[in-house]
Amino acid sequence: MSKHQEGPAYAHVVPVRTLLGVFGALMFLTVLTYAVTYVDLGALNIWVALGIALVKGTLVALVFMHLLWDRKFYAVVLVSALLCVMIFIGIALLDSGQYQADLIPNFAPGITLRC
Amino acid sequence: MSTHDATAAPPAVGSENYLNCSHGFRSWFFTLDHKRIGVMYLASILSFFLLGGILALLIRTELLTPTRTLMSADDYNKVFTLHGAIMIFLFIIPGIPAALGNFVLPLMLGAKDVALPRLNLASYHLYLIGALIAVLSIVQGGVDAGWTFYAPYSTTTNTAVVTLTFGVFVLGFSSVFTGLNFIVTMHKMRPAGMGWFDMPLMLWALYATSIIQVLATPILGITMVLLIVERVMGIGIFDPALGGDPVLYQHFFWFYSHPAVYIMILPAMGIISEVVSVFSRKHIFGYRAIAYSSIAIAAFSFLVWGHHMFTSGQSELMNMIFSALTFSVSIPSAVKMFNWLSTMYKGSIRFDTPMIYALSFMFLFGIGGLTGLFLGSLATDIHLHDTYFVVAHFHYVMFGGTVIAFLAGLHYWWPKMFGRMYDEKWGRISAIIISVGFNITFFTQFVMGSQGMPRRYYAYVDKFEPYHVISSFGSYLMAAGFFMTAWYLVKSLYRGRPAPANPWGGAAMEWQAASPPVLHNFTEEPVVGDPYDYSNQDYDPAIGGYVLRKPEVSDR
Amino acid sequence: MSTPHEGRGEHADPHLQHHFQSMAQQYDSGKFGMWLFLVTEVLLFGGLFCAYAVYRANHPEIFAYAHQFLDKTLGGLNTLVLIVSSLTMAMAVRCAQLGQQRRLKQMLAATLLCACVFLAVKGVEYEHKWKHGLLWGTRYTSQEAAPAAAAAPATEAPAAIAAPADGGTTLPHAAAGPAGLAAEPQTGHGAGAHGGHGPAGPAPRNVHLFFGIYFVMTGLHGIHVLAGMIAIVWLLRRSAAGEFGPEYFAPVDFVGLYWHLVDLIWIFLFPLLYLIH
Repeated sequence: MSKHQEGPAYAHVVPVRTLLGVFGALMFLTVLTYAVTYVDLGALNIWVALGIALVKGTLVALVFMHLLWDRKFYAVVLVSALLCVMIFIGIALLDSGQYQADLIPNFAPGITLRC
Repeated sequence: MSTHDATAAPPAVGSENYLNCSHGFRSWFFTLDHKRIGVMYLASILSFFLLGGILALLIRTELLTPTRTLMSADDYNKVFTLHGAIMIFLFIIPGIPAALGNFVLPLMLGAKDVALPRLNLASYHLYLIGALIAVLSIVQGGVDAGWTFYAPYSTTTNTAVVTLTFGVFVLGFSSVFTGLNFIVTMHKMRPAGMGWFDMPLMLWALYATSIIQVLATPILGITMVLLIVERVMGIGIFDPALGGDPVLYQHFFWFYSHPAVYIMILPAMGIISEVVSVFSRKHIFGYRAIAYSSIAIAAFSFLVWGHHMFTSGQSELMNMIFSALTFSVSIPSAVKMFNWLSTMYKGSIRFDTPMIYALSFMFLFGIGGLTGLFLGSLATDIHLHDTYFVVAHFHYVMFGGTVIAFLAGLHYWWPKMFGRMYDEKWGRISAIIISVGFNITFFTQFVMGSQGMPRRYYAYVDKFEPYHVISSFGSYLMAAGFFMTAWYLVKSLYRGRPAPANPWGGAAMEWQAASPPVLHNFTEEPVVGDPYDYSNQDYDPAIGGYVLRKPEVSDR
Repeated sequence: MSTPHEGRGEHADPHLQHHFQSMAQQYDSGKFGMWLFLVTEVLLFGGLFCAYAVYRANHPEIFAYAHQFLDKTLGGLNTLVLIVSSLTMAMAVRCAQLGQQRRLKQMLAATLLCACVFLAVKGVEYEHKWKHGLLWGTRYTSQEAAPAAAAAPATEAPAAIAAPADGGTTLPHAAAGPAGLAAEPQTGHGAGAHGGHGPAGPAPRNVHLFFGIYFVMTGLHGIHVLAGMIAIVWLLRRSAAGEFGPEYFAPVDFVGLYWHLVDLIWIFLFPLLYLIH
């Protein structure tokens, strides 16, 4: 919807500088997430890695995928999908953590024929 | 077959319409017209409904006696699996949205087509491909894992599970594309002057359905992919022999398949909202409440899947959470029910065929919904799970709910779709026969289920025999009703009285188009108005339908 | 969002379909449709992320052990390659919007090249795993210890690894009776938890589960890369005919969105699979 001097009337053209800036940030964060694995943060490591991935993903979505300039509804759509995935993962995790003690690994009576 | 049915029908009013504007197989099979795609969907799903129905009759006939009646136990397992899979994935899920929805959605919006017509056609082609792959599994000897494909049995049985699941995977994409298309259409194609709360409730229902289709179906896709990979490559994620977790499969499956039952029932509720108001000649009661309850049901649908797993190893904590959430779904459903009843209150009710189906829906869906509460409470579910009580509950909701509403919608829009009126007398008779047959078939199953008759059993204890016999005869009665319906509907295509544009006096925009509509739907710009305001139309006995009182049309 | 676009009666564009009133409405519809499609992709992968999360949370020892067989550097390289391809794709969209035909083709070609590099690197990784039997479920045949691990006294390990290979032979565990069955996994868990912190202990049970998840996730992602490549080739052909410009660039934009999503998914796959500490 935003207007721009050149280019199409109904879409935003992202300036090259912005694209390059985001690209640089993504490159830096990739190196950072790689480097951070050599530091022992205990249980925190995975959250750091996921946090960096989240920042990278947000950058890609906002700039490369134009969410920053597009209709806000697309962002709502994307976030609601992520929420849906979170609910799924959250409940599956919660439940599997609870019944894990009842499972007997590799115990599968009656399943002897594999084809 | 759609080609035959439809092109054979002579032009209703003698003028050009979407049915006769072009001829030949290609003009149908590669059409971008939403109406023709809807009609092709209709013909396809009805063919599969016939196939699934025949399988149902085979099941009921087999169960006439406690032991073997006409097939072996293995064949019986395959027959009930196919009955379930075909009815669910090939008939009910695409039934109302893809067949009726495709036809009426753009018309209700006063639009020329859906937003993405090529995607719409692709969706139909995918449906056809998926359906053929699924049916191919019959040729390969059938599948005996049940329509839920529970691991680890589905990964170890040596029947054609891969073919059927791959078919379901493809069908899932078809369903996603339909839903996606509908959402975009409702967002971008509404005419000027029609806000969200000026839409007919059918569209709200389709919108809620589409949300579920888009958000839930991909999980079915990945579940089927994992199942196929499990079988073909032995990846072990769901296979306990390899350290996998079969309960996780059920989480995956029901995360889709519970919302899927709302894919089936929500559009049915949309049809009822239309029919009840039109045939009561009264503005729908509680418009916003019905609209919001559709969205609420869609939202809740993602939070209750665990109630399918109360007895299959799910943790107690989750059992309690899911049970509580399950009860809360009954609130938006009841909101709808009471609004329909309030709509009828003091209305001038006409008992035309669609209305008889709508009343039948309310009765049957009421029973189906309330018995769901028995199953949703943890203690009673221990006793009732995997019995015929579940089978009866499911059929009351899916058949008594969705299929009956589908029939209501089919009769309601039939004149619009084909430009012909069916025989009203036979319509009413067969509607009553189907409802009565249905109750005989499935109410007995509540009784025997509560007494402990397990589902999916081939042989059973003698004391259940009378129930099974009654149930089977009910199903034959129902089948008779369906054949009667098929007969007078097909007859109407050839002999039916030409339909007026608005035979029922509906106020939504599809009734402003001709019956059947022209290729681009409207010959003149349709007037946007309140879809439930019947005050500005008059009955014209000369054409047997309603006409808008032109001068008084408000320009809201 | 409440009202659709009004037709502005612009000059009829040959790309404008009959049922739309304006190019803006058509573009918006297509874009919205594309976003909804991306949502389905997110959920498709969401299922796999769920499987990953459940197994990682409940069997951390498998992940701590098995990820050492993955080449962090190759994975990191692929991440960089995909980020470059995302940049060129975003540039391609910009070029199409501005009607810079030559640069549009260059950018699309660069994106395609990056995709090829990505798949080639992936192929090298797959080949390495194939050679060493680091495969899924029934195909898992690896007998070697983790790279960093010394030949630790692996008392239970060989049996544990061999067990899945012939499926049902794990049944003898049942002979120990319910008590034995309940006790047995406890010890397995304990060993695994220790192994997770040290450099690498003996292989825990069911290591193949990690490779199953790894192959499904990267495989499905790879299929998406392939599909994206086909779409880019299609774009290249159309841009060679000079079809895109400020008036009509929707296909480039939409394929771009898809491509960025594929990149985005990899951004999460990389730390989850390769960078386990």
